[in-house]
Amino acid sequence: MKPAAFDYARPDTMDEAFDLLEHHGNDAQILAGGQSLAAMLNMRLASPRILVDITRIEALRTVGTFDGAVDVGATVTQDRLLRWPGLTTQPLLTTVLPWIGHPQTRQRGTVCGSLAHGDPSSELPLVLATLGGRVILSNAKRTRTLSAAKFQTGAMRTALEPGEMIVSARFPTAQEGQVYRFHEVSPRRGDFAIVAVAVVADSEGVTVGVGGVADTPSVRRIEWLETDAFTDAMNEFAWDLHATNDVHATAETRRGLVRRLGAKLIEEARDALSLC
Amino acid sequence: MIYRLIFSSDHLHPTRLIVSNARMEHVGRSFERVEDPALLRGAGRFADDLAEPPGCLHAAFLRAPVAHAEIKSIDTKNALALPGVTAIITGSELAQHTAPFLSGVKVNAPQYALAIERVRHVGEPVAIVVARDRYVAEDALEIIQVDYASLDPVVDPEVAAEPTTQLLHPDAGSNVLHERRFKYGDPDQAFAEAAHVVKTTVRYPRNSCTPIEAFVVLATYHPGENVFEVTANFQGPYTLHPVMARALGLPGNRLRLKTPPDSGGSFGTKQAVFNNIVGLAVAAKVSRRPVKWVEDRLEHLAASTSATNRVTTIQAALDADGHITALDYDQLEDCGAYLRAPEPATIYRMHGNMTGAYTIENLAIRNRVVVTNKTPTGLMRGFGGPQVYFALERVVDLAAARLGIDPLEIRRRNLVPPNAMPHSTAPGAVLDSGNYLGTVDRAEHEGDLAELRARRAQARADGRLYGIGHACIIEPSISNMGYITTLLTPQERARSGAKNGALATASVNFDPSGAVTVQVSSVPQGQGHRTVLAQVVADELGIYPSTIVTATDHDTLKDPWSIASGNYSSRFAGAVAGAAKLAAARIAERLKSIAASDLNVPLSDVELTDGMARAVSNPDNAIPIERIAAKAHWSPLSVPLDAGAGLRETAFWTAPELSEPDTHDRVNSSGAYGFIFDFCGVEVDPLDGAVRIDKYVTAHDAGRILNPTLADGQIRGGFAHGFGAALLEELTYTPDGAFLAGTFSDYCPPYASDMPELKILHDQSPSPVTPTGAKGLGEGNCMSTPVCIANAVADAVGCPVNTLPLTRERILKLISIEEPVDPKPTRIPPLELLGDGHALRGEGSATVPASPEKVWETILDPDHLPAIIPFCHAVEHDGEHTYRVEASFGIGPIRGRFQAQLLLSNLDPGKGLCLNGDATGALGCATGRSEIRLTKCEKGTRVDYAYALLISGKIASVGGRLLEGAVRGQIAEIFGRIAGANTTKTASGLRARLAGWLRVKS
Amino acid sequence: MLYLSADGRHPVRFTLNGRYVEGEAEPRLLLTDFLRHEIGATGTHVGCEHGVCGACTVRVDGLVVRACLVYAVQVDGCRVDTIEGMADGDELNDLQLAFQRHHALQCGFCTPGILMSLSQLVEEEPHADGSRVREVLSGHLCRCTGYYGMVAAVMEVLAARRKAKNV
Ligand code: FES
Ligand code: FES
Repeated sequence: MKPAAFDYARPDTMDEAFDLLEHHGNDAQILAGGQSLAAMLNMRLASPRILVDITRIEALRTVGTFDGAVDVGATVTQDRLLRWPGLTTQPLLTTVLPWIGHPQTRQRGTVCGSLAHGDPSSELPLVLATLGGRVILSNAKRTRTLSAAKFQTGAMRTALEPGEMIVSARFPTAQEGQVYRFHEVSPRRGDFAIVAVAVVADSEGVTVGVGGVADTPSVRRIEWLETDAFTDAMNEFAWDLHATNDVHATAETRRGLVRRLGAKLIEEARDALSLC
Repeated sequence: MIYRLIFSSDHLHPTRLIVSNARMEHVGRSFERVEDPALLRGAGRFADDLAEPPGCLHAAFLRAPVAHAEIKSIDTKNALALPGVTAIITGSELAQHTAPFLSGVKVNAPQYALAIERVRHVGEPVAIVVARDRYVAEDALEIIQVDYASLDPVVDPEVAAEPTTQLLHPDAGSNVLHERRFKYGDPDQAFAEAAHVVKTTVRYPRNSCTPIEAFVVLATYHPGENVFEVTANFQGPYTLHPVMARALGLPGNRLRLKTPPDSGGSFGTKQAVFNNIVGLAVAAKVSRRPVKWVEDRLEHLAASTSATNRVTTIQAALDADGHITALDYDQLEDCGAYLRAPEPATIYRMHGNMTGAYTIENLAIRNRVVVTNKTPTGLMRGFGGPQVYFALERVVDLAAARLGIDPLEIRRRNLVPPNAMPHSTAPGAVLDSGNYLGTVDRAEHEGDLAELRARRAQARADGRLYGIGHACIIEPSISNMGYITTLLTPQERARSGAKNGALATASVNFDPSGAVTVQVSSVPQGQGHRTVLAQVVADELGIYPSTIVTATDHDTLKDPWSIASGNYSSRFAGAVAGAAKLAAARIAERLKSIAASDLNVPLSDVELTDGMARAVSNPDNAIPIERIAAKAHWSPLSVPLDAGAGLRETAFWTAPELSEPDTHDRVNSSGAYGFIFDFCGVEVDPLDGAVRIDKYVTAHDAGRILNPTLADGQIRGGFAHGFGAALLEELTYTPDGAFLAGTFSDYCPPYASDMPELKILHDQSPSPVTPTGAKGLGEGNCMSTPVCIANAVADAVGCPVNTLPLTRERILKLISIEEPVDPKPTRIPPLELLGDGHALRGEGSATVPASPEKVWETILDPDHLPAIIPFCHAVEHDGEHTYRVEASFGIGPIRGRFQAQLLLSNLDPGKGLCLNGDATGALGCATGRSEIRLTKCEKGTRVDYAYALLISGKIASVGGRLLEGAVRGQIAEIFGRIAGANTTKTASGLRARLAGWLRVKS
Repeated sequence: MLYLSADGRHPVRFTLNGRYVEGEAEPRLLLTDFLRHEIGATGTHVGCEHGVCGACTVRVDGLVVRACLVYAVQVDGCRVDTIEGMADGDELNDLQLAFQRHHALQCGFCTPGILMSLSQLVEEEPHADGSRVREVLSGHLCRCTGYYGMVAAVMEVLAARRKAKNV
C-alpha cells in the first residue's frame, strides 16, 4: 500500500497556491490534513500528478466569527476548532466535532478538507447543510460563496472547479431560542456514520439534517403541527433519501434509523424548547 | 513422567492447589515480563525491523480482482520495462520451480504459491513483482495486464455442495473434497427413543483475528549449497516445514527457516504465511538477490487466511428430564478456494470433545468439507471451537426452552460430574480433570447471577429488551498430531502409518560463567513465553528468573524442533513449559551430582535454592551454583563420572495419552481439556440495534496457572476476539465473490470504547497429563463468548439467533420492526429488472429536448461515445454494436483507468435498447447490464434507464461504503451526456447544460 | 514556495526526539517508511497504512499524528517525537512502567503508537476520566489485550501525576 509518484508543492501564499492550481488543473490535488486523501493515495484509489500542500499558508489558518457565522479557514483542524473558545457560539459544532474520527485524526484532519472530500457519511458536511452554512471558494481571479446545498453535488462530488479551492467555511452562529440535537449510528464509535441526524429546532419548527444515507446530506424543514405529523414527515423524508446498501447496513435499516433517530431527536428538541 | 505433579485425592477441590515441590516459588506468581522493557521503548525486534541483507529487493503480489476466472494471458512487458523492476514471476514460471503443496486430503485440487491458469478467490496471488523498493513494485503492478475469462463464482457452501454448481477444481470431480460420517454409541436408537428432539441450523461466519503486524518474509537463496534461507514471522505448526520443503523439491535441511525475536501477534493467522515463504524463495532464486515482502493490510484482510465459515445442522435427543441422550451434527465446512494445509483440520480439532462439557453417550457426525471462491482458511484462535459451540450451546438453549427448564439448570443436568473424572467421551477424548459443577456453582455465586436475573426482571418490567446468556464449553489444548487422521478411514490410516503425539522441545544451558539460557521452539507471538520459561526453569534450578535469558527466536538449522513445534493449540503452558521443566530438572540432577561430591554429602542431601547448592542437613555447607557450572566447563575431568559431561540439556516431551485414532475412530484429540462457564447480561437497543453488554463473567478451570497476570491477559485477549466475533467482525463477500472488508473501517475489530468489563474467575484442577499441571487457556473465550452473547441476545429479543456477528443490521432484522409504507410509492417508472439480485442497481430518468428518433440516432452513433463517457481516452469500433473503450472512472479524487467492452443489444429503434459491458483496470473489475427506454413526452424524450452492476477487486474491498453513490453519480453523468449529446457535440457546453436537462431521480 | 519533483530524492531534515536528523526522500515516501528504513527508527510500527489502527502514531510539533498518512517531506523543519524518545535515558518513564505493571501489552506491536497518544493525554489532560481515556485509546487497535491493562495503567499514571503536583 504505497502511493504512486507525485510532485509535491508547498506554496507559502494563496497566490502561489492559485498559480499552481490554475496551471495544473485536474492534475493537482490539494493536500491539507490528508486524513482521507493520504489513505486513498496509499491504496492508489487516487493518483494525482501533483499534491499542493496548503498547510503552511498563513492566511488559511484563521478561525473567527464573521458575518454571523463561525468562519473556519481552510487549514484549521477539527481539533483546533473544538478547542477554540469562541465555539460556544455554535453548540451544534461543539456537539458534533467529538464524533468525527478519533482524537488523533482530528488533530490533523481539517474542517474544510472534510467538506471538500464530500463523503456522504461525514459529519461536517451534514452540520454545514443543516445550519444552512456556506463555503467560500476562490481561484486566481475570483471568490464566490456557495450554500452547502450548492457546494456538495454528490457522493464525493462538489462544485469545486479546477483551479479553485476552499478558503473558508461559514457555520451560522446560534440564534436565540434554538435548540440543537445530534446523534449518529456507526459500527463503532469513530467510524463513518451509517446514519447521522442533526436537528435544529425553534419555536416554529424543526430543521432535520440526515447524513450517511443519500449521496449528500439532506435537510428538511418540518413545522410544528399536531403530535403525529412529524412521524409521517420523517417517514416520507426517510423514503425520499433513496437509502443505499453497503457492507454495514441495508437501505431498509437506514430508513428505519432515520425515522427513529429523527423522531427521538425531534422529541428531545421539542421538550427542551418547552423548557426554555 | 517422574516429574509429574503429585496429587492428593482432593485435587478436585481446585481452590486448594497442591504443589509437588517446596522450591516452586516463582511458578504460580505474577512476574513482570522480561519482554516488556524492549517493547516499551520501541526496541522490539520484529521481522520488518531486522537488518536487510545488502542488495535486498522488495516484492509485491499482483492479486486477482475477481473470484473465479481463467487466466487467459498475462502481459508483463510494460511492467518489466519499468526502471527498478528486476523480475516478475507468474504462475507458469513458479510451477517450474515448485510442486503443489501437500494437503491432508488426497484429492486433485493442487495449490501452488501463485495461481496457475485459474484464479479462485479475490486476492489470490497471480504474479510476484520484484523491484528496488515496494513503491516501484506497486508501480509495476498497475501496468501488468491480465486477461481473465470469468467463470461462475460460488460463495455459499450449501450452493457449492450442490452437484450442478460450477466446480472450482474440475479434476477433483466435486466441490465437496471430503466427507465422512461417524457414529459413537447408538445415536439412531437414542433419537428413536427420545422424549424430545430439538433441531436447529446455524451459520458461523468468516472472521479473522487480524494481528496488527501482518506477514513478513525475507528470502535468500544460497546457490553454492542449494539452500534457501528464509526469515519469516511464521508461527508453526512445523508440520508445514516439510510441506514447504516438498514444494521446493528439497530435503528439509535445505530450507533454513528462521523466526524473528518478536512477532506482532498471530492468533493462528501466521501459519498461513507458509505459501508466501515458498513464493518468496522462488522470487529470490529467480532474481538472484535477497527478496523481502511485507504484507499490507488489504492483502491480509482479503487474502491471507480466515476462520472457516460453517453451516451446522444439529439435533439433540433428550429424555423427559432434560438429559441429552444423543447429538447429531451435520457440519458443512467451507475452507475457501483450496484445502490448504493443515486444513481440513478446523473441523477435526474438536473431534474428541464434540460432546462438549456434557455426558452424552451417543453421537452421530457427518463432516463435509467444501471449497468456495473465498480465501483459503487456516489456523485461528479457537480453531474449530467457535463453530462447534455456536451450534451446541444454541441447541442446548433451545432444548431448555422446549422443555421449560432454565438454561443453566439443563446444563447442570448434563455436565460431566466430578466423580467421573477423568472422563472418556463418546468420540474418544479423555477429559483429564475438573469439577465442572463446582465451577458453575462458584461462578453463579461469585458472579452474582441472581442479581443479574433481578436486573433482567426489572428491565423487562420497564419494557426494555434484556437477556441473559450462558455457555459451558471444553477448551482443548495440546493437539494430538494424529487427530487430523480421523478424516481417514481406519483402513486408510493403517496404510498411511501412525501419526500421534505432540512433541515439544526445550533446551536449557549453563554457560561457563554460570549463566543460564533457555531455548524453545514455541515461536511466541506476544504471550510472554520468555517470562514464564524463566519462572519454570528458575524453580527447577533453584536460581532467580531474572538471571535467566530465554530465547524464543528459532532457526530450523540449529535449534531443536519437531513437527509439533510452534505456537498453536494452546500448547505452551502444558507442553512447551513442560519440556523446559524436564530439561531443567535433568540439569538440576547433574548439578546436584557435582555438588554432592564438592559438598561431600550424598546426592539425596543436596538441594538447589537461591542460587546455591546446599546440604539440606547442614545449610552452611553450600556452594554457588555458578561455581559448579564453571567447573563443568573448565575442569570436566573433575566432575563425577556419573554426572555426565556438559551442562546443556534438550528435552522432548509428549503425552503418552495422545495415541492415534483407534479402529472405531475414537481419538483423544488433545492432551488437556479445560472447562469454561460464561454468563452475561445484555441489553438490546431497539432504536439503533446496539447490543450493550451489561455484565460478563467468565469462569475458567485451566489447571495450574503458571503466571496469573499473563493468564488473565490471555483470557482478556481471547474475550476481545470472541466479543468482536459476536458483534462486529466479518470478512464479508457478495454472492458473486467480491470481497468487501479490505480496511479496518470495513472489518471492525473492537476499540477500547467497545469493550465491556470482564469478570474473570479461576479454578485450578491441575492436569495430570502435563508436566506443569497447566492446560491451555488463551483460546477458550473465542469459543465460549460468541455463543454466550448470542444466547443472551436471543433471550433479549425472544427469537433464535442463528448467525453472527450481531451487527446493528442483524439485530434490527431480528427485532423486525415493521416498515411504514412509502407515501409516494411510484416514484420511478418500473423498468424490466435485470437479473442478479445482489448487484448494485439503480434507476433514473432524464428528459431530453429532442425527439426519440434523434436521441436514438445519437446513442447508436459511435462518434458520440467519447462525448458520452466521462474521461474517455479512446474508443475502438469492434464489430457491429461492439466497442472497446479506454476511459477513467472518477469520483472526487478517486480515479482509475480501465478498459471496457461495450455491447448494444435488443435494439428497438426509437424505443429502447440494452447496453452491457465489462470493464477491467487497476482498481478492479465491473460487469454491468443496463436497459434504456425512450418515451416521447411534452418536452421531447424521456430517457428511463436501469442498471445492474457487479463490482469486484480493490475498489469493492476498500471503497464499498462509497460505491453505490459513486456509481450512481457516474451513471447519471453518462446518461446525462447521452441526453446532452443531442443538442451539442462539445462536451463543455454539454456539461454546462447538464444540470438543467437532467433530473436524475435516483 | 517549495516544489519537489516526483522522481527526485529531496533532503528532509527535522528534529527527532531532540536530535537533528536528515535524510533524503521522494515526495511520495511515507513518514513511516522514512523513519523506519531511512533513519532506522523502527519503533514506529505499521499496521494498516490507511489511518485506522494507530500503530504508526508519532507526534509532530506536539500533535499526535498518523505517520502513515504523512509524507516525509511534510515534516521538514518540524519536531518529531517517537517512542524511542520516551524513556528518560535508561529509565522507562511512568507511563511505560505502568504499562508493564498492568500487563498493558502482549506482542507490543501496537504499543509504541498507543504510548505516543497517551503521552499527550497525560501531559495535557491531568483530569481525564476513564471514558476520555477509552476515547483516546479508541484511536488505536490492539488485538492482543482487550485494552484493559492500558486503561488501568493510564488511570494510575494520571492519579500519580496529579498527586505529585499537589504535593
Ligand atoms: S499504520 Fe498508520 S494508522 Fe495504521
Ligand atoms: S499488544 Fe499486540 S496488538 Fe496490542
